[in-house]
Amino acid sequence: MASLATTGRVDPRCPFQSPYDATPETDWLREGIGLVDLMEYQAKSVFAKHGVRTTVGEVVTTPEEARAAAERIGGKVVVKAQVKTGGRGKAGGVKLADNPDDAEAKAREILGLDIKGHIVKTLNIVPAASIADEYYFSFLVDRANRSYLSIASAAGGVEIEEVAHTNPEAVAKVSIDPATGVDEAKAREIAEAAKFPPDVVDAAVEQIVKLYEVFIAEDASLVEVNPLVKLSDGAVEALDGKVTLDGNADFRHPDHAEFADPSADDPLEAKAKEKDLNYVKLDGSVGIIGNGAGLVMSTLDVVAYAGEEFGGQRPANFLDIGGGANADVMAAGLEVIISDAQVESVFVNVFGGITACDAVANGIVQAFELLASRDEHVDKPLVVRLDGNNAEEGRRILSEAAAAGTLPGLEQVDTMDGAAKRAAELAAAGAK
Amino acid sequence: MSIFLNKDSKVSVQGMTGAEGTRHTKRMLASGTNIVGGVTPGKGGQTVTFSAFDGPDTTVPVYGAVAEAVEATGANVTVVFVPPKFAKGAVFEAVDAGVPLVVVITEGIPVHDTAAFFAHAQAGTSRVIGPNCPGIITPGESNAGIIPADIAGPGRIGLVSKSGTLTYQMMYELRDFGFSTAIGIGGDPIIGTTHIDALEAFQADPDTDAIVMIGEIGGDAEERAAAFIKENVTKPVVGYVAGFTAPEGKTMGHAGAIVSGSSGTAAAKQEALEAVGVKVGKTPSETARLMREIMQSL
Repeated sequence: MASLATTGRVDPRCPFQSPYDATPETDWLREGIGLVDLMEYQAKSVFAKHGVRTTVGEVVTTPEEARAAAERIGGKVVVKAQVKTGGRGKAGGVKLADNPDDAEAKAREILGLDIKGHIVKTLNIVPAASIADEYYFSFLVDRANRSYLSIASAAGGVEIEEVAHTNPEAVAKVSIDPATGVDEAKAREIAEAAKFPPDVVDAAVEQIVKLYEVFIAEDASLVEVNPLVKLSDGAVEALDGKVTLDGNADFRHPDHAEFADPSADDPLEAKAKEKDLNYVKLDGSVGIIGNGAGLVMSTLDVVAYAGEEFGGQRPANFLDIGGGANADVMAAGLEVIISDAQVESVFVNVFGGITACDAVANGIVQAFELLASRDEHVDKPLVVRLDGNNAEEGRRILSEAAAAGTLPGLEQVDTMDGAAKRAAELAAAGAK
Repeated sequence: MSIFLNKDSKVSVQGMTGAEGTRHTKRMLASGTNIVGGVTPGKGGQTVTFSAFDGPDTTVPVYGAVAEAVEATGANVTVVFVPPKFAKGAVFEAVDAGVPLVVVITEGIPVHDTAAFFAHAQAGTSRVIGPNCPGIITPGESNAGIIPADIAGPGRIGLVSKSGTLTYQMMYELRDFGFSTAIGIGGDPIIGTTHIDALEAFQADPDTDAIVMIGEIGGDAEERAAAFIKENVTKPVVGYVAGFTAPEGKTMGHAGAIVSGSSGTAAAKQEALEAVGVKVGKTPSETARLMREIMQSL
């Protein structure tokens, strides 16, 4: 399926009691965490809630359950892997089963498959549909035009990116003004631009209007149906569904909590998520902690460049501790990073803007103490670069604590490039 | 001169009585900003007094609505420190009151709300900066947002950036030259003011000699900015793009910072910028060095 999503993110704590007045302890200028892609069966259930024609079917996790579901449904069924990635069909994740025995066998084949790094744990069992024709349809947030976009094509059921590449005229892109949205006339414009056959336009228009309702009412940044199908009886149905929800809007969707996925694919990311950290696991040896998304991204790059000199040392993670950079967050971040077996050194890169560097330095000292008190000592070398607001005082605090022996393995370097180089050098030495 | 904000700007603060609003209003006042009023529904008629480290205290009136603040004070800039849930309403109110510049600091606004208030601003006469941005500073004149005013003083470099802390880092690296205006446009998928808007304004600003443009992965804003530079910008531009090491499909902190397939990569952005003659630094320091060379040769 096409990756056309742009998505919002959220600070799930979003904690305001009364209009306009944030409480002092709320740090809502911090970066958010969380991007909510739905699995197919979840997307279809959201479609159904808004009256989109679809077949939700049954959700199972074992071959035996698949057999039972097939028995209940009767006739031929389709066994579909539920993973948050495209290309399931090609990977053998979608199979037709003739009867309950066959459904059990097919489920056994599909469960546990690795589809682009996603292990199949859940299956969707649906009655086999009699399909006459397949189309592509989506609504998404259009960054370039700062509005919404519908992408639709009569050439569906295949990789839409491939179609867009080989036959761009077959893919319609219709801009939507957020102020006026999609009514029946707009839906008809989209269906016609997509060259849907005349005999399905009316039925498609009805589904398009309802899909727009899903897009808006559920605060989705992407609603994609591939394929949207014409059944042999002429009805138009969403045979598959991909929905990306905007986590920033969780405050008005308490029901979206059921879509939260506590089982992140990576155990360190899961651990970071528990601690409310904005963390992404990468595959290098230099652990990274920084403040501000842009500066942390930049830090990863600078470490990768510096690492070229030292046998290709690379960043081990993205971790943005936000503007606050307090001791608890610093401790939580350090804890996750030092538990990463690949990490050989840690680089803390902070530019004090609103937060003064002395507060950051105290946060680092307290983080070491906190971890030591839990017997989780920082046993990797740590390179710290502090600049900006009250940097001198911050450096002094760290030097003093280091001299007192409370910061084993901590070094300070004044520049970002220099510190990155030192961290890469230490990582290379540690890896030997 | 400068872009979008100057010493004559009359700045109101929506959400001034909230914790973040109060804290940052104090900082804006300390950096010389002409704060004419706060806006908090239900608190019209109150005042807030901000004590200064030196000099007299400043007492700022609070209005119940943006339109009242505009009528009473002539406010022509508003800075929005309103929580995400109420941000859309706050921006609609500012647009309806005809405020020419609306700076939205709030992070975590649902993208559909941003799409709605941006469309509304387009239909009206307001420019929106942000959301999820550090705001805009014309050093020595006015500061609308949360950019620390003491990093760098006035000068002749214009700076536009998607990232807050990289804005600060770049201002710090080039503090000996100073800035005409520095603007953080934010890292959300939909933003009110783009790189192109800022480039166009810096090109027209007689007090800006050269421009630093900081981008990051996600979307194609940098590629479009490159096309704009080719056709419209004669002043020297130096670029920096963050996120070369970002993996596909992972959001890197900013809502908009995600590589999808082959689109939105840092390498593609660097290539597009270099193709139109923009020098792109590999690190913030190298970028600053490139700008330093340009400023010294002017």
